[in-house]
Amino acid sequence: MNRLQRFLKTWLLLELLSGLGLTFRRMFKPKFTVHVPEEKTPQGPRFRGLHAQRRYPNGEERCIACKLCEAVCPALAITIDIAEREDGSRRTTRYDVDLSKCIYCGLCMESCPVDSIVLTRIYEYHGEQHSDLCFTKDMLLAIGDHYEAQIAKNLEEDAPYR
Amino acid sequence: MSFSAFLFYVLAAILLASAVRVVSARQPVHAALSLVLAFFTMAALWITLGAEFLGLALVVIYVGAVMVLFLFVLMMLDVRQTDKTPRWRLHLIPALAIGALMLLEIVLLIVDGVKTKTALPESAASMDKPLDNTRELGKLLFEDYLYSLELVGVLLLVGMIAAIVLTHRQSRFAKRQEVSEQIAVTRDDRLRVVSMPAEVEAEDATAHSPDKTGGH
Amino acid sequence: MIQWLADFFGSMGTPGLVIWTMLKIVAITLPLPLCVAFLTLAERRVIGAMQSRCGPIRVGPNGILQPFADVLKMLFKEVVIPARANRLLFRFAPLLALAPAVAAWGTIPFSENLWLADLNAGLLYIMMMSSIGVYGIILAGWASNSRYALLGSLRSTAQLISYELAMGFALVGVILLANTLNLGDIVRHQAGGFWHWYFLPLFPLFVVYFIAAIAETNRHPFDMAEGESELVAGFHVEYSGIVFALFFLAEYMNMILLSVLAATLFLGGWMAPLPFFNELPLLGDGFLWLALKVAGLLFIFLWVRASFPRYRYDQIMRLGWKVFIPLTLVWIVVVAVAVRWSALFGGGA
Repeated sequence: MNRLQRFLKTWLLLELLSGLGLTFRRMFKPKFTVHVPEEKTPQGPRFRGLHAQRRYPNGEERCIACKLCEAVCPALAITIDIAEREDGSRRTTRYDVDLSKCIYCGLCMESCPVDSIVLTRIYEYHGEQHSDLCFTKDMLLAIGDHYEAQIAKNLEEDAPYR
Repeated sequence: MSFSAFLFYVLAAILLASAVRVVSARQPVHAALSLVLAFFTMAALWITLGAEFLGLALVVIYVGAVMVLFLFVLMMLDVRQTDKTPRWRLHLIPALAIGALMLLEIVLLIVDGVKTKTALPESAASMDKPLDNTRELGKLLFEDYLYSLELVGVLLLVGMIAAIVLTHRQSRFAKRQEVSEQIAVTRDDRLRVVSMPAEVEAEDATAHSPDKTGGH
Repeated sequence: MIQWLADFFGSMGTPGLVIWTMLKIVAITLPLPLCVAFLTLAERRVIGAMQSRCGPIRVGPNGILQPFADVLKMLFKEVVIPARANRLLFRFAPLLALAPAVAAWGTIPFSENLWLADLNAGLLYIMMMSSIGVYGIILAGWASNSRYALLGSLRSTAQLISYELAMGFALVGVILLANTLNLGDIVRHQAGGFWHWYFLPLFPLFVVYFIAAIAETNRHPFDMAEGESELVAGFHVEYSGIVFALFFLAEYMNMILLSVLAATLFLGGWMAPLPFFNELPLLGDGFLWLALKVAGLLFIFLWVRASFPRYRYDQIMRLGWKVFIPLTLVWIVVVAVAVRWSALFGGGA
């Protein structure tokens, strides 16, 4: 009986037919496609996109040039130079992020004691040459200024889980 | 000159050129391809002569199968080019002798054909009537010459089996899969679910600690 | 209108006949690339739907212009000939692949009296053309001077030769029943409703034929010749731009050709499935039914591609030689006995 069953199953191609049936039924199910640019996939508050540098509400930049991010960066994408400002505080004179090296692990953000360097939700950007992807301190600060509301909201939403 | 005669001369020229190319080409693959062209033109010639079954069968068998295997072997052997200086002289005399013999045979055949006036039936070379010698050929093969055909078939079979027996070496270490048995395996053949009481106590967990294994 | 044109050119003697034949050839070969274009679109849409995604929908309404965008892209790409490749054969190979795929259409009957050549050995002619198609692949692989290409072409050649046997045997069953090699006569033997079509008495052969057709065209799940995971793209790995498109065209034309052949030999060609359809205008025996059948068969090609994983190479060979060929041989004997029996005692098959 078992043998006969197996024989029939083999020669009537029953398993192949059931496979075909599955794909045929699938054809009429709703599709999962997200129609980018019109639609976008939802992003969580921990999304790790383009970098930004933040300021305090009074306009003072947060970065204290502790170089933790430079030390922790596994891809060596961050380069920092330091000097003392006129008022005696320790500040960066240069803060470069090479986006072509960055692996978007978010360790810089984790290590930052003052929440200065953050990763934003921006992911649609490009560069036509390597230098386009090397972001300087001014550029990072500008991004931070522009998206401060969103960044603050992200950090606030994520705070309970840290 | 009628159209069919014109066709004949064109095809014959191509056939001769490709046949010469078969023996003169340095690159073995080129020679094989020239042979393919020769077969193909030959088939075309036969079709213009009204032997459409033979022509098509020639292409199916020789071009479609035999020459493909030839090319296969040539590619696998990786013969780049033959010697820079072909040893013409060595082969010249036997080649000429064999060629002359073949030429003589054909001439004799033609002379005989002209004498007895059975060379070509009148209608054979005309394309006007539909070609249907497939049926005639089948009748000849399977009614008049059935036994010889069967004999030839058995002979080929014997040759095939002999070739396989001579070349097939069964290695003692060869491992085979029986696909049908592999497919027929069910879960019950391979998997045994054992129900065991859950381990609760961590008392003898220390027995397996890394200290005991002496990993210092 | 067609009749009038035929008469007009027929009255001009031999030159008229030549022009008329040329026109017919153009009428057959011009729509073919278009069919291929929309077949690629259909393939992407159907497989997309089966995998719960959309496929191309951006170019033109509902993606209908996507194939043309693809062709345009191919046209503007550079054709790169690898160093130390055999330049002549490298360029020649795509033509060798394409030409038989086009030439085989010469004897296909599209309807009662719509065809190019009413050849008595039509079936043999098509088998001949499909057996020549191997050369494009084998030469492409050899001429590109690349390991991947050579391995791909060797694989696909061995596969084509093996499955051609099974396919040929499957066709022998049809020849036994129809008692002719003329494709038009084969269709006429199947007249009068779908229960007269040959796929019923020859069902195992029909299945074998179709699976062998999938293998012959190097389609999934038999696409070992391309095998992305191990051979990158197989025999056409070195081809780019429009030359690659020629291979693509040949593969899809062969797909359509083998579907048309399956429809002609097993599914009654241009015949309507029920005799009563003949009374209806437009729906009677004709090209429409052939097109419908072919579309259905092509859908199965795509459906199979979306459903099954790729075979392992030795299992392809095992399936061809150890399963299909014995199966077809047994069924041919059954059919031959049945035909003989009914000729002796039944008084008519």
